[in-house]
Amino acid sequence: MKPFAYQAPGDAATAVRSVAADPAAVFLGGGTNLVDHLKLGVAAPDLIVDVTAATSNEITDDGAGGLRIGAAVPNSELAADRRVRDRYPVVAQALLSGASGQLRNMATTGGNPLQRTRCVYFQDVTTPCNKRKSGSGCSAIGGYTRYHAILGASEQCIATHPSDLAVALAALDAEVRVLGAAGERGIPFVDLHRLPGEHPELDTVLEHGELILSIDLPPLPMAARSAYRKVRDRASYAFALVSVAAAVDVADGIVRDARIAFGGVAHKPWRATKAEESLRGAPASDDSYRAAAQTELAGAQAQDGIDGGNAFKILLLTRTLVATLRDLAHEET
Amino acid sequence: MTRITVMVDGVSYVDDVEARTLLVYYLREKLGKIGTVVGCDTSNCGACTVHLNGRSVKSCSIFAIQADGSEITTIEGLARDGQLHPMQQAFHDNHALQCGFCTPGMIMQAIDLLGDDPDPDEQRVREGLEGNLCRCTGYQNIVRAVLDAAQKMKPAASAPDEMSTRQPSAVAGGGN
Ligand SMILES: Cc1cc2nc3c(=O)[nH]c(=O)nc-3n(C[C@H](O)[C@H](O)[C@H](O)COP(=O)(O)OP(=O)(O)OC[C@H]3O[C@@H](n4cnc5c(N)ncnc54)[C@H](O)[C@@H]3O)c2cc1C
Ligand code: SF4
Ligand code: FES
Ligand code: FES
Repeated sequence: MKPFAYQAPGDAATAVRSVAADPAAVFLGGGTNLVDHLKLGVAAPDLIVDVTAATSNEITDDGAGGLRIGAAVPNSELAADRRVRDRYPVVAQALLSGASGQLRNMATTGGNPLQRTRCVYFQDVTTPCNKRKSGSGCSAIGGYTRYHAILGASEQCIATHPSDLAVALAALDAEVRVLGAAGERGIPFVDLHRLPGEHPELDTVLEHGELILSIDLPPLPMAARSAYRKVRDRASYAFALVSVAAAVDVADGIVRDARIAFGGVAHKPWRATKAEESLRGAPASDDSYRAAAQTELAGAQAQDGIDGGNAFKILLLTRTLVATLRDLAHEET
Repeated sequence: MTRITVMVDGVSYVDDVEARTLLVYYLREKLGKIGTVVGCDTSNCGACTVHLNGRSVKSCSIFAIQADGSEITTIEGLARDGQLHPMQQAFHDNHALQCGFCTPGMIMQAIDLLGDDPDPDEQRVREGLEGNLCRCTGYQNIVRAVLDAAQKMKPAASAPDEMSTRQPSAVAGGGN
């Protein structure tokens, strides 16, 4: 591993100043993703700025039913928090479906949504990859595509975003509070991640040196009835082939409102607004759920690949959404 | 080089480390704590699991410098006065190892999982050990050992001397 300088400032402004001033500087959360990338040579910074002391490690009530989650809150503490489990069970379920106990103890709220794709070619520095090295080509197209996108991909990159937590946050209309050289701003969580387009090297809209301070969950009473369902190649300790985060408000057999996001199918957590729209006012039935999935997935494009491609994801995701909504609609609240 | 101060298995150390030194290599090569092993070196297998401030972590994916000011418990710090920790004893009693390479990490993670749930069922034990891979045993006896230890540790489950803030209190022995 290439040597680097290390700082662990106690305040956010200093952390931002250090990273913003140096194009070869990066922030460090728990390190469960970045340290692997340093070993693999996927990342090779000159300066690492540990932000676990510079950002809050507390979850605070906003007084209106929402929660502010400090960037340094470990994934395990977030998943165990009583308020999170009661008000936003989808968040706790998403976290617990990912990684392992040791990793969740170390991983942070700020680092988790910024973890990078698990595309095998991205992690293998001997293969071309536009995300790792702009303009070098995409080895995944026509290659191994089981874990790749069916929505919003480009000819430059077909990678998926691997975070489970991010899918839950996208469904809940969370907001990201960031501090940069130009000051503080709020970004709707659904706008944090980008589609690859012509610039797959950029995962998010964050400027270099912009630090996540917190992730804010707005009050959303219907989220008390929410769930995360993840389908993978083995029952635990694997990334999603497809996943669904959903919250529903059902009364008298009618879906009054819904929040839905998909994981494992796009370069960003995929907020399924078309599915939500089609569900509002519809009977709470499998037919409605299936129609909602089909509406959202009408534009889905499967990838061919040496592993048989990923067309299976369209049907798998449709069924996963139906099963998730069916369970939620039957849940007592 | 940066100076770090850590408490490992009850003993305080002050050392100069390179920023890129991983915690597991600091423990093994600088402190001689070779009970903690490296299986994969890529945060997958869990063999390198230690406790950092009372919570399990993979020491192959943490820089020693990130642990500055922390308390670390390794497998070597569990036994007290020549007496195995109940989890170690349960692994012995239930034949929960063959080659034994995964065992230090398994035991450290098993203790962490009982901290979250002192009375787990089989499913919870399996989930709690999802980040620890064993190539030999097929896991059956490992799960049995953890369930056995949970029963034995129940009445006197608290060992208030390992630094921890969570509820219920951590069940690691700690060497301090
Ligand atoms: C074996 C294994 C299995 C896994 N399985 C899953 C899984 O099934 N599901 C899943 O969702 N995840 C999984 N993960 C990934 C894990 O969840 C992430 O590695 C973790 O959440 C990243 O958090 P961190 O704090 O350690 O980030 P770090 O590794 O510290 O950082 C990640 C990125 O975020 C940046 N960063 C960190 N904090 C901030 C901040 N406050 N502001 C701005 N930038 C910041 C860093 O510069 C870096 O680019 C797995 C990981 C491993 C090793
Ligand atoms: S899909 Fe994206 S990340 Fe994977 S090889 Fe292609 S460009 Fe790289
Ligand atoms: S050696 Fe650390 S997880 Fe395998
Ligand atoms: S006993 Fe050999 S790896 Fe587990």
